[in-house]
Amino acid sequence: MTDESKAPQSSEPSQPTAPAAATPAPSAAKPVAPAAAAPAPVLVPLDNELSRRYRERFGAAIQDALEDRKQSILIVDAAQLLEIARYSRDQERFDLLEDFTAVDWPRRERRFDLVAQLYSFAHNTRLRLKAQIAATEEAASLTAVWPTANWYEREIFDLFGIVFRGHPNLKRILLPDEWVGHPLRKDYDILQQDTAWVRENLGIESGQ
Amino acid sequence: MTDTVHDDAFEKADTLFGADELVINMGPQHPSTHGVLRVKLKLDGERVIGSECVIGYLHRGVEKIAENRTYQQFAPYVDRMDYVAAVSNGLGYCEAVEKLLMVEAPPRARVVRTILAELQRIASHLLWLGTHALDIGALTPLFYCMREREEILKIFEKYCGARLTTHAFRIGGLQYEAYDTLEKDVERFCEDFEARVQEYSDLLTGNSIWIGRTRSIGLLNAADCVALGASGPILRAAGVKWDLRKQAPYAAYDQYQFEIPVGSRGDTYDRYMVRLEEMRQSRLICLQAIANIPPGPIMARVGKVLKPPPGEVYHAIEAPKGILGYYIVSDGGTQPYRVRIRPPSFVNLQALDKMIRGHLVTDVVAIIGTLDIVLGEVDR
Repeated sequence: MTDESKAPQSSEPSQPTAPAAATPAPSAAKPVAPAAAAPAPVLVPLDNELSRRYRERFGAAIQDALEDRKQSILIVDAAQLLEIARYSRDQERFDLLEDFTAVDWPRRERRFDLVAQLYSFAHNTRLRLKAQIAATEEAASLTAVWPTANWYEREIFDLFGIVFRGHPNLKRILLPDEWVGHPLRKDYDILQQDTAWVRENLGIESGQ
Repeated sequence: MTDTVHDDAFEKADTLFGADELVINMGPQHPSTHGVLRVKLKLDGERVIGSECVIGYLHRGVEKIAENRTYQQFAPYVDRMDYVAAVSNGLGYCEAVEKLLMVEAPPRARVVRTILAELQRIASHLLWLGTHALDIGALTPLFYCMREREEILKIFEKYCGARLTTHAFRIGGLQYEAYDTLEKDVERFCEDFEARVQEYSDLLTGNSIWIGRTRSIGLLNAADCVALGASGPILRAAGVKWDLRKQAPYAAYDQYQFEIPVGSRGDTYDRYMVRLEEMRQSRLICLQAIANIPPGPIMARVGKVLKPPPGEVYHAIEAPKGILGYYIVSDGGTQPYRVRIRPPSFVNLQALDKMIRGHLVTDVVAIIGTLDIVLGEVDR
């Protein structure tokens, strides 16, 4: 309770930025911009050996290098994600694709973030690659670099509807094959379901 | 080396009778699949020449639910993923949100968390050992394993009132103070447990049937483990000395001495030996931890309404089954913008196809068992 009442108070003294901070809706669409505008120390530019090597090698394809809560993030061009992945594995020794997922920012022009967590056994370090992609675009499959990407990409395809070019077996993995819709998109309501499928296959009116 | 073995078997199986291949369904309702897992097996005679996993029967949309709950409200849901190791799930989630909030649980909370998480590791491995042995045809270990697991569940029950889906931890620390006899209970369990592990070992380790059913079955070498993302005991059995408790210590693991057991061949027997030794090491961690539970608060100063600063965090822990990762994105609101759970079972199951090719149908049962999957976590 006390913290609730404190929160608006603490934002009040900074009068000029208060209106901007009071509109969380547009800021939800852009992950980077609001943090950069507000004086939040959590997100800082990343400038170390690693990011310099990537920048040297890929130039403008490395759109940004950031550090959020001491974790390294590279924002990369989706068109070059495959080359960057291969370089990461072969040259930087990120031999494990620890996780691969997506985040939906529907108000953004290229609405999806592809997010890959890389781990290096040799250096015991992690690196996060993020690439923006539009709903109409296809992403390059990472299965050729890390075979473990196979099921991750099927899951992303299933729940977000992002198509991976070059994937050996791209089909739904968690939901039924005939299901219509991609539940982890932000415009898919939590109560929404493929009622036609539920009626036909389960013989009930609603799965809820 | 292992690859050539696989390929030879594959070639031979392909041409053995010149007969058409047979596709059969294993599951989704099959006692050895440990839940609702369906495996389509492509067979030549009794030999597996290909397979495909069909999963999703337990999909509940946990990640979608997370976006519609507050940070605290979502915490009990993670218990229902790997429901035989709920404490570990909760530990990973709470620590991930704490990282997002940039707070740290007090030392006392961290030690109690470590004790419970290690007891949970033992409980998870015990259930694995009992059912895995049962799958292979050894009935007795199940009774012994359940007996010991019961003692651990009793400790959980005394601590937080629940046995399985415990919701033992809170974001920022603990809700409940360690009860008066926690140390004594854990100590008593640990005292008995050393001899008990030896009993399982006496039953199985030198047993020729056990060896026959597990040696050189389901080989997965280190390179394949890394390529396929297999982690936890599977990776360690392949000879990689790697454990997040050592690589990136969380909770209070940096304070304790313990060994990381590794195998050499990466077969089902090695994975058995690794998990058996992990139980012994967990017992040692528990004993060290109860010897010195620091006094002090059990809850960090976090508000009742959590609004993490916008941004994102990835936090992974060494769950009993492997790397359990949480990737949480905050937009500054009271509900997470996105919660991604990297479940060890889901990723480890992907290695099944590679492991069962060339083996007999009976070995498929042993290999599903050795993967130690929980379908609640695979499907989420």
